[in-house]
Order: sequence, then C-alpha cells, then structure tokens
Amino acid sequence: MKIAVLSGKGGTGKTLVSVNLAAAASKSTYVDCDVEEPNGHLFFKPEKLKEKPVKVSIPSLDENLCSGCRKCVDFCKFNALAFINNKPMLFEEVCHSCGGCILFCPQKALSEKSKKVGKVEFGKAKDVNVITGIMNLGEASGIPIISEMFKSLKDKDELIILDCPPGSGCMAMESIKYADYCVLVAEPTLFGTHNLNMVYELVKIFNKPFGVVLNKCVEGENLSEEFCKGHSMPILESIPFDYELGGINSNGRIATFESNKYSVLFSKLLKKILKEVHI
Amino acid sequence: MKHLLILSGKGGTGKTTISSAFIKLSNAMAFADCDVEAPNLHLIMNNMGKEEVSDYYGLPKAEINSDICVSCGKCKDYCKFYAVKTENNRFNIAPFSCEGCGVCEVICPVSAITMKPKVSGELKLYKDSAVFSTATLKMGSGTSGKLVTEVKRQMSENAPKTDLAVIDGSPGIGCPVIASISGVDMVLIVAEPSVSGISDMERIIKTSNQFGVSTAVCINKYDTNLQNTKKIEQFCIDNNIICLGKVPFDKNAGKAINNGLSVVDIECNAGKEIKKLFLKVLAFLYRDNGGLIK
Repeated sequence: MKIAVLSGKGGTGKTLVSVNLAAAASKSTYVDCDVEEPNGHLFFKPEKLKEKPVKVSIPSLDENLCSGCRKCVDFCKFNALAFINNKPMLFEEVCHSCGGCILFCPQKALSEKSKKVGKVEFGKAKDVNVITGIMNLGEASGIPIISEMFKSLKDKDELIILDCPPGSGCMAMESIKYADYCVLVAEPTLFGTHNLNMVYELVKIFNKPFGVVLNKCVEGENLSEEFCKGHSMPILESIPFDYELGGINSNGRIATFESNKYSVLFSKLLKKILKEVHI
Repeated sequence: MKHLLILSGKGGTGKTTISSAFIKLSNAMAFADCDVEAPNLHLIMNNMGKEEVSDYYGLPKAEINSDICVSCGKCKDYCKFYAVKTENNRFNIAPFSCEGCGVCEVICPVSAITMKPKVSGELKLYKDSAVFSTATLKMGSGTSGKLVTEVKRQMSENAPKTDLAVIDGSPGIGCPVIASISGVDMVLIVAEPSVSGISDMERIIKTSNQFGVSTAVCINKYDTNLQNTKKIEQFCIDNNIICLGKVPFDKNAGKAINNGLSVVDIECNAGKEIKKLFLKVLAFLYRDNGGLIK
C-alpha cells in the first residue's frame, strides 16, 4: 500500500509527517520523492546498502553522417536542439528523451547516448527501508529518478510512505500517480490554505482518496481548518505549533523515537490512515 | 533594471514573506511571482486593482481519433512517457502523462493522431503605476518551467522604466527554478536553521553558481536553532558566500500575512531586521556602483 504525503506549499511538514509515519509503523518503506531537495535521509541516517545510477537517453550526433537538413531541430518540441553552423547542437538539460530526433533523422546521424541524471540510494534504518532519489545539480527534471524508485518497489512491501516534492506540477503528479491514498499536509496560514486548495484540486483530478493533516496549529484562527470544513474534507490530525517538536525536527531527529507524546500522535495518525485506506 | 530573485531550495523558509517586504520597502514598480505551482504573493499584494487574465498554452498534447485509428499499436511502442493506454483494443492518450513530444503524431501510419492545443495555466497581470506578473499552473498539466519564463516575460514587457524588479521564486532546484534564474542579476537565498534547510541551501547555492549568478544568503527564523545558524554562517565563510542578514522568528509575521499584509506593514522585530537586510541587499546588488541605486 502506497501512501503519498504532499502539500503544494513547501515547508508545511511533509517530511516531518512522512518520516514519523514510517517510523511509527513496525515495518515500512520510506521513499523520498523530493529528488531535488531530499531530506528524509538526514533524519533516518540509514546504513547504505546499495546505490543505483539513473540514466536517460539523449541524442549523440555523428557529424560525418549529418547532412544539415535540420529535421531534428524542427521536430524537437522542447527546443533542446539548436541549428548552429549548419549542424544541430544539443542542450542536454532541456532534452526530454522522447527519441524523436533519433527516430526521424533521414541520415541516421543521431544515435542514443546515455547520460546520468541522478541516483537512487537504498538503505536501512532499524525496520525502515529508506529509498532516496537524488537529482544531479543543474538537471531540469527529476522524473526519471522518481520512475526508477517506483520500479524498485515490490508489492510485498506492505506499507510504503511517499514523501512528495512541494508544488503541484509534474514532479508532484509523478509521485502521487501510483498512490493508494494521499495525505495533504497544510499550514493554518493564508498561504497554506491557498496551496492546500491547489493540491486538493490535484488529488481530485487523480481521483485519489485523501485526508488532511493540519500542522503548526496555534490557538485561534485556522484558515485551513475552515477550508477543510467548508469542503467536507476529512481532517486526520491537528499537530500543534510546538517548540519541542520544532527543536527535535530542526536537529534532524525523529520525534516518534524521542518523545512519547509524538510517538502516540503518529501511531494514532497511522492507524487512522490505514483504516481510511481499507474502507 | 536589476532583477533580484528570491530562492530557498527548501520550501516554507520565507521567500514570499521576504519578497513582499522588499517590494513594499523599495516601492518596486515591477515584481513577479514565479512559484506558479503554489503562488501566494498576490494574496498580500491586494491594492493592485483588477488583473488582466490570459490563458497560457503549454505544448499541444496528442489526441487519437478513434474513427481513423487501426489499433496497430505503433504509438504505444514508441511513446517514451507511457502515455498511450489501451482499453478493449481501443487506443487513447492519458493526458497527464503526455509531454507533447509529437513522436506518435509522426509515427502513426494512418494519421489518426493530432497534437491539440491545451490551456495549461493562467497568466495574470496587475497594472497600475506598478506592474505585478503572476500565474497559476492548471492542475494536472504538469510542466511549469515554460510558464515561469512567460511570467518573467510578461513582467519585463509591461514594466515601466525602473531600477529594481523583485522576483519571488519557487522551492527546489529543477526546471521552474532554473527558468527563474535565467537572466537575473542576483539570487538571494533564504535559508532556515534546520538540518533540512542547510542541506537544501547547499544544493541551491551550487545550482545558482552553476548558472553564474551572484548569490547571497540570509537566514530566516535564525533564533529557532542557534547552533544550526552558526553552521550556516560557517558554511558561508568557508565557501566565500556573503550572508547579508538574520531575521528572527516572529509570530507577528504570520499574523500580518493572515491579514493580507507584509511584515513591514506592521511594527515587529522580524520587520525591523528585514529592513536592515534590504539595505544590505541593495548595497550588494549595486556594489559596482558603490552601493548606490542607478
């Protein structure tokens, strides 16, 4: 079972919730889909078991065969090829690896070349399998790395927590595609509510069952809570704004292991989610 | 016009809080929100009147005409994005997976596939004496980098002659961030004193450096973890990056924002430090001119 934790807005507590849910389970797999800025490993400090490079195919030009017909340049919808000195020139970071230029070159002057865009690290911390995707700096898309991680997941892995990237674009979409349930983590602020609305739209489009965790809640006004109530969205838990939790978290420690209060809170949250998924 | 871009790597460190304060403090005539996947700046820039809204078309996406399709499966074989689905031997395109490369359109032997234009976001332009450009990605459309480029283009094309443009960026280091970095004069990174914040800051600094843009750091909520704040300051010294200021955690900041105000609109400690920070940012941005604007 795959549970995706997402938020739209950054810094609402996706990693806090994901890491602690994985830690609260007796056995679980934690997958860090935020391959641009992966942080879960800073908390688990897993023992590294293996590492796998992630490669994509990009075109490579044989200048002797190229006739300068510029078919490849005209075909590329991503503007990854430019026509310079009568030859195509590739801007690697922009290439989406669709293979069109190679396929349609009449001279067969282009061929596939592989390029490393990142890696996946597999590790273990106590009973948690920790899978971390790391995109190389300067790359535009981490999607191949997320796909690679999904390929490595086995059905026998009972509980899989997907720590998603912020935003609501292709990276977030790729991460929730295969999820059985989505947990939306929201802050009670005006910003938090606005972005909660966006991911709420996103999970509706993907037709995923979901629940909301409100984080950093303070006494008084809670705009996200009002939003949830107004849209009949299930609130799974309200985590208070708490200096103790902030301190544990900012030092890269796992609240479930350090504080009885949070061990109880996250175990309860996990149970609630599992019950929701099985309905 | 100098372009100042606010980035952070990690989300939620205070990009929009600081951007909005800088916009107020500089009385900026041109500003933009490039976080098209989770835009928020417009929520506290609410005296700008009515916005002009225009549709943003991303790459056209494939559509299969089932009357013409002979179910040969070639499109499915060649699609690198697994966007062609089959149901009872009928082929169709999963719109969320299609990236619009156009391979299937060319490979289809019976020309059953056409690329259809698709609205994938909404551009908004607020224009009175100042110009504010922002956009929202349409949910489910995916790629946001090109929309970020459009937001910046819209700002530049409509901006009056002015000295400073403030651009609020998005978290991460990938495509939308890279699109926002292109052509700016300075990146200010808002760091946060947590282990995650430090790790993410290091990755965004390296990314920004790869693109050769002048980069400086400030630390937000610095007093929530003084040890980690020290680590950030040490990292900056070791890597020859200037740290321009430290802003304390301030509950009033959140309250101001919930009321649609920027932090410098109210009397508070965070606001005071952001004012000092802003002067240092200007001095850095205009350092070739002795720190003077123009």
